[in-house]
Amino acid sequence: MIRCWGPLSLLVLWCLIALLGPLFPLTPNQIDLPNILTGIGSQAWLGYDDLGRPMFDRLVIGARTSFIVAISVVTVSFIMGSLLGTCSAYIGGVVDLVLVRMIDIFLAFPGILLAIALAGMMGPGIENVVIALALVGWVGYARLARAQVLSVKEQEHVVAAIAIGTKPLGIISRHLLPLIMAPLIVEASFGIAGTVIAEAGLSFLGLGVQPPAASWGSMIRDGTRYMLVAPHMVVVPGLALMAVVLAINIFGDWLRDWLDVKAGTRHTSRS
Amino acid sequence: MFIHYLLIRLLTALAVVFGVAVLVFVLIHLVPGDPVDVMLGESVQPADKEALRHALGLDQPLYQQLLNYVGRLFQLDFGHSIYSKRPILDIILERLPATIELGSAALVVAMVIAFPLGVLAALYRNTLIDVGAMGFALLGVSIPNFWMGPILIMVGALWVGWFPVSGREGWLSLILPAMTLGTAMAAIVSRMVRSTLLEVINEDFMRTARAKGLSEVWVILRHGLRNALLPVITLLGLQLGTLLGGAVITETIFSWPGIGQLTVEAIQRRDYPMVQATIFIISLSYIIVNVMTDILYAWLDPRIRIQESS
Repeated sequence: MIRCWGPLSLLVLWCLIALLGPLFPLTPNQIDLPNILTGIGSQAWLGYDDLGRPMFDRLVIGARTSFIVAISVVTVSFIMGSLLGTCSAYIGGVVDLVLVRMIDIFLAFPGILLAIALAGMMGPGIENVVIALALVGWVGYARLARAQVLSVKEQEHVVAAIAIGTKPLGIISRHLLPLIMAPLIVEASFGIAGTVIAEAGLSFLGLGVQPPAASWGSMIRDGTRYMLVAPHMVVVPGLALMAVVLAINIFGDWLRDWLDVKAGTRHTSRS
Repeated sequence: MFIHYLLIRLLTALAVVFGVAVLVFVLIHLVPGDPVDVMLGESVQPADKEALRHALGLDQPLYQQLLNYVGRLFQLDFGHSIYSKRPILDIILERLPATIELGSAALVVAMVIAFPLGVLAALYRNTLIDVGAMGFALLGVSIPNFWMGPILIMVGALWVGWFPVSGREGWLSLILPAMTLGTAMAAIVSRMVRSTLLEVINEDFMRTARAKGLSEVWVILRHGLRNALLPVITLLGLQLGTLLGGAVITETIFSWPGIGQLTVEAIQRRDYPMVQATIFIISLSYIIVNVMTDILYAWLDPRIRIQESS
């Protein structure tokens, strides 16, 4: 049970900080010159950065950035991918063939690379990060949904529903989607971890949120210039990032066991 | 039979390469914003803009640009870099060895960590050793390389001083980036080694080996690992994509003069033809490795080639 509640409580904390953070009197952009590069100590919980801004406040804003990006990207790619995959497998024929080829082509890119290029070309900004990551992210869900539908669409209850004249939309929404949800939800939970890392990675490269806004990735990048004098600038945001990703991964593993999804579905159906 | 399989696999790969080329082109041209504006800035004479547009071929209709681009790709002509004015192919060939070196070193790091870890976890399953090894693996996938890199620099270069901070001079400079890039892969592969070993651990041939009086360690190493190898090879092929993507960030952290760093530089300089070319090259190497993995797999396991070509 600790595999569920431990990480889950951390994730709830992450959500709460992200959602309620702005309600508190934070000063993430207030420059305090005497405190430049001050480490962790009595004056501030987590020290100050190279411009004398409080790390704790910036960490909270960074949590918000990663949360917003992760939730939007996973929501968009989940809906887009599972609908495309489901419809394609249900309709079959040429439609399915086109989708399979598209999936193959998208999977021929290392996902993060395509996202880096897209975000770079569209210019920095949080919306562009979401667009770039969603454009890359839908493929996994589409492939999974398609494989799942192919395996359940021949089942008797679906055949029966077709026989009594249920419309395709009803079959997809009432007889197919509920059956294939479990693996998709597990995939989505790992997808959140992947997106948190990807957002921070883009921001690390300077392609994500722009200063003075904070992201854990851009905080790490700022910190790399002062590693000898102010290691906390790299360590603190990295630990936050790792804690969230680790929690999601442990929770995802638990969820997979709990929903009894067979491992290995992620690596099937390559051309 | 094998030749038949080989041909089919190569033809599909060629189709995917073509698709990738088109997709890269379409995505980069769909992105809003005029590349010429971005390259020259705002305070530029319209005549200069037109000249650059013409020089880049951007004044032609989109389908014509696509045809030109694909046509030139087949002659391995990627055009010239906007930034350095040199042929892109030359620059890429200069940078390629560094990336191959880093990638291979990361692969070695991953193998050296993953196999002992996975075997130990399977040998001592459900003990503290297993929990520790798999905990390490979970940690490995949860630490992004843009954090791992700086931490390794901080410890290995700034505090202890054994390794150079960045650059590519001598084999010592290879160690930190290879560890950065290899750890995540080690984590994933060790989990795979453990789970495939656990799958075969109760098979008949394993029991026979034990009945012959072989020790458990020997049974796992000689008989178990051989069967665990196939899924691991596939996983390695698939993971290479992540490795190449990770190389982009790792090379940037360590100023490693490879394709990844070139890509980021090209993006920052808005060198569109260069971005197009580097992404294409990285995807191409990913496709080639996956084809090679599939062929190797089919060669190792006759069941696959029979199933796929019939």
